[in-house]
Amino acid sequence: MQKTEYNNWLKIIAAKLTKFIRWYIPWMIIGLWLLAAILGMVLSLNPNAIDLTNILVPPGTNALFGYDDLGRPVLDRLLVGAHTSFLVAIGVISVSVFTGAILGGSAGFIGGWVDLLLMRIIDIFLAFPGILLAIALAGIMGPGIDNLVIALSIVGWVGYARLTRVQVLSLREREHVIAAHALGCSQSRILWLHLLPLTLTPLIVEATFGIAHIVIAEASLSFLGLGVQPPQASWGAMIKDGAGYMLVAPHLVIIPGLAMSLVVFAVNLLGDALRDRLDVRLNVIK
Amino acid sequence: MTKNLIMYTKYVLYYIYINLKFISFLTTRLLTAIPTILGVALLVFLFLHLVPGDPVELMLGDMVPAADREELRRVLGLDLPISVQMANYFGGLLYFDFGTSFFTRRPVLDSLLERLPATLELAVSGLSLALLLAVPLGIFAAKYRDRALDTSAMGFSLIGASIPSFWLGPMLIMFFSLWLGWTPVSGHDGAISLILPTLTLGTALAAILARMIRSSLLEILSEDFIRTARAKGLSENQVLLRHGLRNALLPVLTLLGLQLGSLLGGAVITETIFDWPGVGSLLVESIQKRDIPMVQGCVLLISLIYVAVNTFTDLVYATVDPRIRLAKN
Amino acid sequence: MNAPLLQITDLTTQLGNPKQPSQVVDKINLEIYPGETFALLGESGCGKSMTALSIMRLLPLSGRIIEGCVQFSDVGDLLDLPEKEMRRIRGGQMAMIFQEPQTSLNPVMTVGRQIAEAVELHDVQRKTNSTKRVIELLDAVGIPDPKRRAKEYPHQLSGGMKQRIMIAMALAGKPKLLIADEPTTALDVTIQAQVLQLLKDLQQDTGMAVLLITHDLGVVAETADRLAVMYAGQIVETATSERFFSKPGHPYGRKLLKALPDASKRKQRLAVIPGMVPSLKQKFSNCRFVKRCDVAIAECSSEIPPWVFGSNNQQVRCHIWQSDTNKPLEQSILRNQDSGVLNDSSQDLHESQDFNQDNKDNQVNQGSKTLDQPSNNILLEARDLCVHFPIHKGILQRIIGHVRAVDGLSLNLYPGRTLALVGESGCGKTTAGKAILQLLRPTAGSVRFAGQELTSLSTNKLRPLRSMLQIIFQDPFASMNPRMLVGDIVAEGLIAQGLNNRSTRRAKVLKLLDQVGIASDAIDRYPHEFSGGQRQRICIARALAVEPSLIVCDEPTSALDVSVQAQIINLLKDLQINLDISYLFITHNISVVAYLADEVAVMYLGRIVEQGEVHEILEHPKHPYTKALLSAVPTIDDTGKQRIQLEGDLPSPADPPSGCHFHPRCPEATAACSLKYPDTVILSPTHSVRCEYAKF
Repeated sequence: MQKTEYNNWLKIIAAKLTKFIRWYIPWMIIGLWLLAAILGMVLSLNPNAIDLTNILVPPGTNALFGYDDLGRPVLDRLLVGAHTSFLVAIGVISVSVFTGAILGGSAGFIGGWVDLLLMRIIDIFLAFPGILLAIALAGIMGPGIDNLVIALSIVGWVGYARLTRVQVLSLREREHVIAAHALGCSQSRILWLHLLPLTLTPLIVEATFGIAHIVIAEASLSFLGLGVQPPQASWGAMIKDGAGYMLVAPHLVIIPGLAMSLVVFAVNLLGDALRDRLDVRLNVIK
Repeated sequence: MTKNLIMYTKYVLYYIYINLKFISFLTTRLLTAIPTILGVALLVFLFLHLVPGDPVELMLGDMVPAADREELRRVLGLDLPISVQMANYFGGLLYFDFGTSFFTRRPVLDSLLERLPATLELAVSGLSLALLLAVPLGIFAAKYRDRALDTSAMGFSLIGASIPSFWLGPMLIMFFSLWLGWTPVSGHDGAISLILPTLTLGTALAAILARMIRSSLLEILSEDFIRTARAKGLSENQVLLRHGLRNALLPVLTLLGLQLGSLLGGAVITETIFDWPGVGSLLVESIQKRDIPMVQGCVLLISLIYVAVNTFTDLVYATVDPRIRLAKN
Repeated sequence: MNAPLLQITDLTTQLGNPKQPSQVVDKINLEIYPGETFALLGESGCGKSMTALSIMRLLPLSGRIIEGCVQFSDVGDLLDLPEKEMRRIRGGQMAMIFQEPQTSLNPVMTVGRQIAEAVELHDVQRKTNSTKRVIELLDAVGIPDPKRRAKEYPHQLSGGMKQRIMIAMALAGKPKLLIADEPTTALDVTIQAQVLQLLKDLQQDTGMAVLLITHDLGVVAETADRLAVMYAGQIVETATSERFFSKPGHPYGRKLLKALPDASKRKQRLAVIPGMVPSLKQKFSNCRFVKRCDVAIAECSSEIPPWVFGSNNQQVRCHIWQSDTNKPLEQSILRNQDSGVLNDSSQDLHESQDFNQDNKDNQVNQGSKTLDQPSNNILLEARDLCVHFPIHKGILQRIIGHVRAVDGLSLNLYPGRTLALVGESGCGKTTAGKAILQLLRPTAGSVRFAGQELTSLSTNKLRPLRSMLQIIFQDPFASMNPRMLVGDIVAEGLIAQGLNNRSTRRAKVLKLLDQVGIASDAIDRYPHEFSGGQRQRICIARALAVEPSLIVCDEPTSALDVSVQAQIINLLKDLQINLDISYLFITHNISVVAYLADEVAVMYLGRIVEQGEVHEILEHPKHPYTKALLSAVPTIDDTGKQRIQLEGDLPSPADPPSGCHFHPRCPEATAACSLKYPDTVILSPTHSVRCEYAKF
């Protein structure tokens, strides 16, 4: 009896710890990201101030994260980079989810040729590896943060459209929707009150994972030189610039990469936890 | 004797009938790939020609006189109306003419075919590494669900999925090439040069696959027929392997096909990091040079490979899953 | 009596979080003797399946056996066996079949292979040549053409066949005990009859004992030798089947029997069991049934009731039961029944006093209502209604055929009456219901409601008419938006019909909730906070809000337990009497029909094969299908009943048999039946049948 009691306590502690790791840690890291993004905007930083006396100075007492190959402060650039990645992620996600939900939702609801047309378009978009199309688009449109957002949104909406459509199609046959029809509810009321709110849960979960994708995609494009342009700071561009000095100044690669991996990890964790919490399956009707 | 013969004939006819149905299913699936391929080609063309930005200006810069620019425009065929350009493009595609590079003036297809083997080499080794890691990891995690092994395996795989390849690549170079000196920093030279790119490309995919296999297997393990298998007296391992795994791998197969997209996308970055002479690095080079026919060719080729692989996985799925193979009507 | 095959002592099983476990099986004791059929009877959540899984040691991960002893045959205590030994027992000497044959077979393995697996594990002599044994087993469970079937996959077989495959698999180890967990609940009655008969035959051939787990009193009455009634994790009564159905001991069992609808109870309200099964997370220091018991005395709520032993091996766990001379109990039941209408459930308390007064007056009227012929004022008239779903194929989505879900259906419904549309799954009854309401546009035919043709109306023109025609569904949870408050759900129809004043709407919603017996605080709660029966009441309130004159009830009680079903049926009956609503009652449950319906229409493959007044159909069925259907229904009183066993399964509505759709399964078919669909034969002004051979 003593032993089971002890085991029970162990289990409870383990459960609490798991919850802490899976729920609070992600929120804390995301909070830090947001804070960095705000600081990157409001503080009067000098991310582009070239100081030739400080070239490749490693992290130390006078500068928390050291200086880069042009003597620019890494900490300032990191904060501005956070700002960039946050803005891009939020911008792309809102545009993609909104467009995708509206298009997919109405296609599923209206059906017929509208649905058929959208499905063909989605099929074609899905025939491209997403990031590849974004690379090509960003490359042709030319570098810059707005082009980056456009390119990622053009690729991004498809998944949400498909998800919303499938959800609406299955929900449409659900009895509460049929009951609403039977009561004489208008079409728009059924769409806005009975269909779209129920597709929201899986969309939220999907969008959370989407944020992680976009943070990586933005940095990837910047890494390839297709995103934000020098001297503007971005985590991907910082890694690219630092890659040439890995032997002498490894901190130039390690620090931005670590920051980004942490953010992506936290967002992924959060997506996992949200999926379990919101019980997405409740909404999927066979 | 005659009764046996009749029975036998009946079985043979039934078998042929089933297979005929299956063959018609195959052709249908292959035919549906055609409009997708055409759509892909059209979309590539439209995107690359309709987005703002003048390739001639980018190629020559502002200093060149207008007449020279016009001349280049004429040589490259960019002065023609968009509809004519499109007709030429699609006409060319019919006999595998992907156009001519703006820079090298060589047929795009030649450059692509030159670069393709290296990309395939990388993709295959990356995929193999991912499968080698993910399948056992996923199965063990599902078998020991919610225990320490599962939690840590899934924790590591989440970390693996969160590390972007363009950071993992440089870190691997720093560690193995610069500090330890075990592997070359970059380039395509023998098996040893394949190691780091494979690791870079395969890690994230392995992490994602392991999670997929685990969740798919867990879903199957909660099905009623697993209880039936246990009630039959099968051991836990027999239940897992005979009844669980085969059902669980079916959805993973489809997802694997879709994940190939991120693998190919990842190849672009991996190739750039390691100076790997594949289609991906060709794409990045061409983008920097504004070589539109070449960009077009690269995107089209990779997309075609992607469509082909997904069609193939669909077909394999259909062959393995009797519910599709022997569907009523 | 010889030694028991299975003897369970003090078996206790817990589920869930060890800090706050649910004691789902609580000190169960029972014995099963070789060759007998022992039924474990109880409503959902009472722990009967968990008992079975505990015996097999197949509990889900969160479950564990706390104590007890399961002596089996000459093996000893199963709970002490190492897992490896236990695996030899499982599927060997002790086999199990489950409720859902549809999902209980591995979809990617041939059924032959799945049976062979069991043979290879348990049949030492046949290990090397399992194929032959598989064919033998398939033959034994009545699968035609076993050689071919063995090579097929589960999705190619019907539900009934799959359950036969499950049985064949269970037989592979030549079990001494077969545990059947709701083996026929997911099957249609005619298929259920086949499977039960098969089990009976197999038992006779092999001498195995059967532990039958079910909630269906009729099935128990027809198959079991002895039974145990489970309630809230405990056995509350053990008796022979005969004894239980003639003199049930525990108040719970008595109430269950009284809650069962049938024709003889038409004039009275059904007994209901108020409240809910108590949470099993608590420690009990009283009778678990006390809060729902209408004969409880003071001791019941303070002391755990002891076992009371009666004659014929009847044992009852009750303070007030006295074997054989249970007079005080009878009396107190009678006493309670007079006022019992009021005490039916805590919810029913909300029904106002005069409401019940009305009932009594109306009950007499209702008897006479069936007599007069309401021929002039038809409320709803469907003529030659067809709903065909096209079957698409290929990339061009060519239409290669049609599923004729409803194929020429005609019926009349009169104000204030109930027409039951009866048939097995897949016969098109639900589609017919939706097509009548224009929730699904019919392919052909006409639906006239109060003289107005509905099929030609546009969706917008139809909207105001919708208030007259409502529907309630089988699954009340799925039919409510989980993100909406109950108050908003009930008000939905009021908004749709243009009642925009908030306070009027709220007042009306409160009145409606009161009318269906839901407390007014429900208005600010979500559907998931309610039990199944309460949810169905809310759905009824939502339908009532728009003051319909017709409600299509699509199996409204088949997802509910018997005692809750009784509450809903009582409510529907009250509402009809008070509000003069007509019901189109779609169901497969004949006993509900017998209790509730005025007229019956029997459907088979998209067409009505026989219709008439309820007594005409139930007492003098003429169509061979109706006769078979009625005879297949398991009943408690089966004296002098002759069962007509139907062969095979329902054919596909995409490809119905030629001539009379029923002829391939009809025991009375002649050559002529395959040539032409029979015309309607009029037997009386109300009774018609589509069979040439129907005798007057």
